[in-house]
Amino acid sequence: MSDLLPIELREECAPLAGHPEHLIHVLRRVQETVGFISPDSEAFVSDLLGVTLSRVHGVVTFYHLFYTEPRGRHTVRLCRGTACHVGGAGGIQSALEEHLGIKPGETTEDLAVTLETVACLGACALAPVMVVDEGYHGKLTAAEAVAIVDRTLSGEAEAG
Amino acid sequence: MSVKITSREMLDELKQANLARLDAFEHRITVCNGTGCRACGGVEVKEALAAAIDQRGLSDRIDVMPTGCQGYCQRGPLVVVEPEGTLYPTISPEDAERIVQAIEQGGLVDELLLEDPITKERVAKRDGIRFYKGQERIAFALNGKIDPTSIGDYIAYDGYQALAKALLEMTPEKIIDEMTRSGLRGRGGAGFPTGRKWAGCRKQEAVPKYVICNGDEGDPGAFMDRSLIEATPHAILEGMLIACHAVGSSEAHVYVRAEYPLAVEHIRKAIDDARELGLIGENVLGTDFSVDVHVMEGAGAFVCGESTALMYSIEGRRGMPRLTPPRSVEHGLWGKPTVLNNVETFANVPAIILRGAEWFAGIGTETSTGTKVFSLTGKVENNGLVEVPMGTTIRQIVFDIGGGIPDGRSFKAVQTGGPSGGCLPESLLDLPVDYESLSEHDATMGSGGIIVLDDTSCMVDVARFFLDFTASESCGKCAPCRLGVPAMLEILTRITEGEGVPEDIEQLRELASVICSTALCGLGQTAPNPVLSTLHYFEDEYRAHIEEGICPAGSCKALVGAYAIDPDACKACGKCATACPTGAASGTLGQPPYTIDLATCVKCGACFEACPFDAVIRTAKGVSA
Repeated sequence: MSDLLPIELREECAPLAGHPEHLIHVLRRVQETVGFISPDSEAFVSDLLGVTLSRVHGVVTFYHLFYTEPRGRHTVRLCRGTACHVGGAGGIQSALEEHLGIKPGETTEDLAVTLETVACLGACALAPVMVVDEGYHGKLTAAEAVAIVDRTLSGEAEAG
Repeated sequence: MSVKITSREMLDELKQANLARLDAFEHRITVCNGTGCRACGGVEVKEALAAAIDQRGLSDRIDVMPTGCQGYCQRGPLVVVEPEGTLYPTISPEDAERIVQAIEQGGLVDELLLEDPITKERVAKRDGIRFYKGQERIAFALNGKIDPTSIGDYIAYDGYQALAKALLEMTPEKIIDEMTRSGLRGRGGAGFPTGRKWAGCRKQEAVPKYVICNGDEGDPGAFMDRSLIEATPHAILEGMLIACHAVGSSEAHVYVRAEYPLAVEHIRKAIDDARELGLIGENVLGTDFSVDVHVMEGAGAFVCGESTALMYSIEGRRGMPRLTPPRSVEHGLWGKPTVLNNVETFANVPAIILRGAEWFAGIGTETSTGTKVFSLTGKVENNGLVEVPMGTTIRQIVFDIGGGIPDGRSFKAVQTGGPSGGCLPESLLDLPVDYESLSEHDATMGSGGIIVLDDTSCMVDVARFFLDFTASESCGKCAPCRLGVPAMLEILTRITEGEGVPEDIEQLRELASVICSTALCGLGQTAPNPVLSTLHYFEDEYRAHIEEGICPAGSCKALVGAYAIDPDACKACGKCATACPTGAASGTLGQPPYTIDLATCVKCGACFEACPFDAVIRTAKGVSA
């Protein structure tokens, strides 16, 4: 049932067999490798570490950074921390939602973009701030945020 | 460097060698490469400076050093020329050439210096800048002086000397006594005396024991722990190693938020480098002290900042708090005695060991000793990290260091302590910031976030914001938090949407009192604080929403009828149109007035924020523009 997971990953995780304390680490590696955690992956991890499937699923659904569905090629992560909130992140969120046609936590139908909000990126001096893939963009206006997302997508089109 | 340091003499030799390496240059340009300055191009600035130095053949005279956060995030990327201490704010790669040229000629680039907002004079020295005056740096002492990824730089500045002193000259009891007399209290929020915590763990007979550094900084608006780990990872590590020796532990864990990739990278590198030099491993410095340190990345759960939840998370479980007692010092990680301290707490430890308890206790107030790092953000001129002696007043922090409120707006309140804290109004500006003063006034120190709110910030919305956060972060284990907080949130949301009823205020107070007295963990028990404190100081605003359907700050979207532009005030600068995400604000440059098309306006308020002339008018619902 774990045929979907690459052999390298299974080999890497093999030494951790029977060690439940590595559950979060192994899940993280699975996600880094295949992008999200499927029911099959959960079953693999459960077998490997010798923990019940319910505990694996419990952990996957408890932590925000684990995803149970495929993600977009790009991630737009808008900070909704206090400094960003008072700096107008709410308006930026509405603008991004409208522009992309999705709500936070959702992915566009063409799997191009996943929109997320995060409690605080800890870059409050840059408020309002968003991270597109790995890049930080600070002191944003709603129009700039939309333009940055468009640039990311058109860059992809050119490269493709 | 595979030779291990097995004695103090070897550590001293390494210190001298590294000092000589650093002193070999006539000048050093430090470039802030913390997360904030990186986002504004700090890495490119560093590279441009290095290239300019190379081009002029000055590589043996001028060094370029990437440093951790220097605090003045508002003006990043920051460039400081040493030994002169000249600060250049907001530097771009194009400025590199001129800066290097000026250093070579022994001069300054006047137009790049910071302009004092009051005197309008250019200020060259970092220490002459208002933002840095009044600060006293202990935890942050080396931020800006060393390359965070260089263990050699840290050793040059007395790094690991405190560990040597602790291992070679002090008994565990003596170390704990020193910590107790220093008066150091936990910097993570609760303020528990560090010495007492260590003593409690020391006396446990069960083995093994664990030391954990809590770097799961989750309070929105706080980023001092991120900056500390990024900037001086070795100081935190050294503090942890001293704690291990003091309590009798040989295994330590650093728990860092996964949202802080640079901090994770730096602490991992620090541990690897320390291990290579034998400062982590068997028989450290030739003693019988052996230790290992692991890093655990969080997976995005605010509640994991609570100590018992954090330990479950390290064990690979859902991070849900448990009832205390037993306390972690008796029953912690894997059920064993555990000391868990915050990043900033550990960062203070080496300095206390080296300089003594009396020195530390002499700073701050009687019951809150030492300094505290605050992250100053929100509606304030100078955003950034500020380290001041405990007991400094809010006014000093917000106005003297922070430079006051921008855009000609007026101060309304500060929010301290994150989701567990509260809002303090203008009448309390002269309150000294220490553990007791804050909690007496319905606010808390928390991890040290200070968010400044101006007259455009709605206090009901701020309370709603925090409860929205707590509600979504509740682990769900206990009913008061799982059900009570959403019930409060529902009421607050209704109020901000103009649907509030007069009974709501009493209902909020009642729910708050039940949650405070019955929730399982500290986070649940303090979750209603933002509501209680805003109700205490700003009940008028709640009443305006409920009874008149008006948001006095004009920020609650549902209570805003429309945005319009005052034709007399509009100067046709076009800023509203640039900021508008939907094209609703439009006009012709230089030909006032601009207009807002109500059909396409999404009421995001961007034009209102952008207008330099206050020409954008916000009208309440039911009132025509």
